[in-house]
Amino acid sequence: MVLLTRKIEFCASHIYHNPDLSPEENRRVFGKCNNPHGHGHNYTLEVTVAGEPDPVTGMVLNLADLKQILEREVMQRMDHRHLNYEVPELAGQIPTCENVARLIWQLIEPRIKQGKLHRVRLYESADLFADCYRNGANGAGNA
Amino acid sequence: MNSELKIELGRRYHFAASHRLHSGQLSEEENCLVFGKCNNPFGHGHNYTVEVGISGDVDPATGMIANLADLDSFVERQVLEAFDHKSLNEEVPAFREKVPTTENLCIEIYQRLKSFPKAKLERIRIEETGNNSFEYAGENSEGNHS
Repeated sequence: MVLLTRKIEFCASHIYHNPDLSPEENRRVFGKCNNPHGHGHNYTLEVTVAGEPDPVTGMVLNLADLKQILEREVMQRMDHRHLNYEVPELAGQIPTCENVARLIWQLIEPRIKQGKLHRVRLYESADLFADCYRNGANGAGNA
Repeated sequence: MNSELKIELGRRYHFAASHRLHSGQLSEEENCLVFGKCNNPFGHGHNYTVEVGISGDVDPATGMIANLADLDSFVERQVLEAFDHKSLNEEVPAFREKVPTTENLCIEIYQRLKSFPKAKLERIRIEETGNNSFEYAGENSEGNHS
């Protein structure tokens, strides 16, 4: 098995706010991420696909196809957008790194026709990221 | 369930420390041979980056596996206060006997963080320099994702 990773970057804004919590609780739980007008990040997304290289092309999957999937499913949906107000799939969720990584998995996995989606890693900053896997696929989960 | 998605959170922390690679079980010549310039008698230092991987259920109310403020303060207390701007050999008791290689540092930091009460510790990955990194996921772990 060979792993192939494609990296893209997008910029988006968000705010962490749960309407079921009081303003004080929101501030306590989310800190400055609860600032009312939101804030933004440069996100870096790494998408890893696992598979055997095709004997004819030598590829796990064609990078052009992956690039197109990421453009359509991620860039067009999220780049230079406000994740709370412009991404309906996140309605009712706090747009944390965890939830956005999971959404990206759900959006792109059905589109990948060669190889299998292995990992989605979303960096919100250089020092914070979330990974999404199928449970057990990283050797650490309970199958 | 195999079909479920698993979410992990990775957070990177930074500290600077000095160390000297030297084993009391080896002769001076052997130490020099095995550890090379890392055995220089007065030690040397690195800017370490520690990547802490945790997993757990994402709380629907917060969208989080664990509140970063809780993780940050735990790592600060358990690791950074004890390691940052210190000599690993002289000031971290675990390295009185063990050689403070970054392999051993991964294990030591894993031990210090595995009791984090809000999530499961998955792995510790340390970059000693931009070109060398080491990873430890506990004794029962066999291999990891890349």
